[in-house]
Amino acid sequence: MSSLGSACGVTVRDAGEDDAVGGVPPRWVALPETVEEIAAVLRACAERDLAVVPAGGGTKLHWGLPPERCDVLLDLCCMNEVPEHAAGDLVVRAQAGVTMGTLAATLAAKGQELALDVPFADDSTVGGTLAAGLPGPRSFRYGTARDLLIGITVVLADGTVAHSGGKVVKNVAGYDLGKLFTGSYGTLGVIAEATFRLHPLPAERRWAVAELRRADVAPVAARLAAAQAEPSAVEVDWPDPAGPLRLAALVEGTAAGPRAEALRELIGAGSVTGERPSWWGLIERDDVLVEVRFPPSALEAVLDAVAATGGLALRGSAVSGRVLLEARRELAEDELTAALTRLRAAGRVNVLAAPHAGLDRWGQVSALPLMRRVKERFDPGRRMSPGRFVGGI
Amino acid sequence: MMNKLVAALRALLPDDSVITDPVRLRTYECDGLTYHRATPGVVVLPGTAEQVAQVVRLCAEHGVPFVARGSGTGLSGGALPREDGVLIVTSRMRAILEIDLADRRAVVEPGVTNLAITEAVRERGYYYAPDPSSQQVCSIGGNVAENSGGAHCLKYGFTVNHVEACEIVTPDGDLVTLDRMDPGYDLLGAFIGSEGTLGIATKITVRLSRAPEAVTTVLAAFESIEQGGLAVSAIIGAGIVPAAIEMMDALAIEAAEAAVACSYPEGAGAVLIVELDGPAAAVERQFDRLREICADAFELRVAAGEAERAAIWKGRKSAFAAVGRISPSYIVQDGVVPRTSLPAVLAAIDRLSAEHDIRVANVFHAGDGNLHPLVLFDDGEPGAGERAEVVSGAILDLCVEHGGSITGEHGVGVDKSRYMPKMFSADDLDTMQLVRCAFDPRGLANPGKVFPTPRLCGEVPGVRKGVHPLVESGEAEQF
Repeated sequence: MSSLGSACGVTVRDAGEDDAVGGVPPRWVALPETVEEIAAVLRACAERDLAVVPAGGGTKLHWGLPPERCDVLLDLCCMNEVPEHAAGDLVVRAQAGVTMGTLAATLAAKGQELALDVPFADDSTVGGTLAAGLPGPRSFRYGTARDLLIGITVVLADGTVAHSGGKVVKNVAGYDLGKLFTGSYGTLGVIAEATFRLHPLPAERRWAVAELRRADVAPVAARLAAAQAEPSAVEVDWPDPAGPLRLAALVEGTAAGPRAEALRELIGAGSVTGERPSWWGLIERDDVLVEVRFPPSALEAVLDAVAATGGLALRGSAVSGRVLLEARRELAEDELTAALTRLRAAGRVNVLAAPHAGLDRWGQVSALPLMRRVKERFDPGRRMSPGRFVGGI
Repeated sequence: MMNKLVAALRALLPDDSVITDPVRLRTYECDGLTYHRATPGVVVLPGTAEQVAQVVRLCAEHGVPFVARGSGTGLSGGALPREDGVLIVTSRMRAILEIDLADRRAVVEPGVTNLAITEAVRERGYYYAPDPSSQQVCSIGGNVAENSGGAHCLKYGFTVNHVEACEIVTPDGDLVTLDRMDPGYDLLGAFIGSEGTLGIATKITVRLSRAPEAVTTVLAAFESIEQGGLAVSAIIGAGIVPAAIEMMDALAIEAAEAAVACSYPEGAGAVLIVELDGPAAAVERQFDRLREICADAFELRVAAGEAERAAIWKGRKSAFAAVGRISPSYIVQDGVVPRTSLPAVLAAIDRLSAEHDIRVANVFHAGDGNLHPLVLFDDGEPGAGERAEVVSGAILDLCVEHGGSITGEHGVGVDKSRYMPKMFSADDLDTMQLVRCAFDPRGLANPGKVFPTPRLCGEVPGVRKGVHPLVESGEAEQF
């Protein structure tokens, strides 16, 4: 056992090449099994001024900027229990290392689900899903991770264990640290446990699917967004901007069949199926991954900007104002920069992953000075995933 | 200090926007929680975000605390003024700046009432979902501060789930936009519900929701509260997510009858209001299922049309004020328990009530376990107020014991800050203070609210660095 391991009494192994975060190799990998062990590791790291990067399944570890430094990879894989599933209360508490797939299976056994769609469910963990905070298709109806999270346990850089929220959905006591940690890319501390509100698994799911020309997508999306059939999601897939788009609108629950049929009529083409489209909610290549958020009415402008680039494939929500762009081929840095400039005329552009160092990944953020102050308070020594996130936080 | 500040405020704002007349100041001495009162040092009524920012900057310069107030309907004393501070009232900022149905959003000033947003878009088939009972009066700025809920948050969520962006004035007096579209930390999520301790919202972008195709409102009368509780569990267990499930017990019904003659079924030990909404085909099938589940109800009324729907809701929405008809004084409590603990907690409340000889009327959002016990007492009777306080506090203890919360929607304010340590550890509270200190290192934004010990933004033990500016200037001591 390494000196760090013996100092904190937690399993620590020497890091190997595979443990690098964005090309930065850590010296050790710590494997805590409890919240207290996470705290012990972080206290030991604080005493030694070691920088820590928390990791779950590692599916999105190459997203964001490489850390300024990384001494310890805090691998949360052993925090893999679901201590509490209160089915009657539609609430679950899970440790950070539980995979989303395992969690879904546990909940499904009681006819429930966490209405969060994740692209790599078999490997993505609860903690990583929260830390990345990536919205999925059904965020249109259920909101994003921050909207379904009702309680959280975090461990700060100095080893302090803190909770906020609880295990009831309706709760306004104290500040909501869960909101702050969701989407914080490991830069404020370690997410150790999370409590979520659940939904009953819908008895039925139906998709209205159609192939559309680019010019038809925006008006169809506007009609679907205003539909009273309560779609849970409306996704588009555009693998090749020279070709047509695939659109799929999901309806869940009671009377799904007739509701999906009503959506198909609004689309004016296509069919209704019980089968999930093969591309639904997936990320296929994320060496370059760009998120665009925009007011829904700017959909057409976003499609135009993507068409003008050529090298990008688009997938995402036609009604929430959020799409992901993947590179269809190698994109040179200047080519990508030009694409970002075009896209920024239509919406907020956020480069989630890219191998290039010189990109403006986040654009202007009004609240960045406040975010820096938050970071300074939570992590004054800049030891938690330093430099990984917006503005090099 | 205050005189200098008042002079500066007068130089900044029009004459009628600065109030120092003692009689007029007293209009603002409390919010909806009337038993905490303080006369504000000075009241300002800014008309623009820039004016709010300038006022806050002056407060920062003079080291004077400030409190924001919307319509003053809050029930936890969150807008209780400071005698040594400035009360910033947003009631003149009442413009709906933009309605954009294509993007399903509206941009409004903080003084706009909750209901005004819905009224502005209702005819076009949209509405603003969070609907606190005070929605005719309460302001959207106050809703943001409190993260207000309402009867329909079971299905649709709270203010935080329906606000897309806020322009805020930080405690330094900077205008900053917090936007869900922006990358970075979710400061918008942290700000909403922070009860005015992180700054003041001056412009709010809310999401508008599409009106449901069908709404079915059902009033089910049960002989006992236990039967009503069982029905609630059965509804949730059947996988139905109604827009609202509300319950009232016999005493609450009696009060509502006396106040608004809501004509609920006679002899009911409890009534349940269940509202199903959504696509017509789905609502119809869910209603069939609901009817089976409520087989034990001795009467089931289904609203035929908007007027009957309003009649069913009238009793529920007037319940708080209505208890004034059956009791000279009362405390409105707000606590949350896991839904499955409702029967046990209600039974325990009954015992508390008997033990202390204090009547408790129960009104609650049963679907999400949010209790609003109304603790009744006669303030003319010696000792009754104290006994009511004991019962009211014990109810919160019950909520915490059952894994719930000391407040579901009314906020902590001044009223419950002393209960925070029952729900949170010292480390939890210190960690929350880190957020506070990032926004408001000098602690001038609504001090004394939410947190039990108004700590200075000094250092967490062991991580000391530098001296606090107030300590340095001799204005405060570190503790």
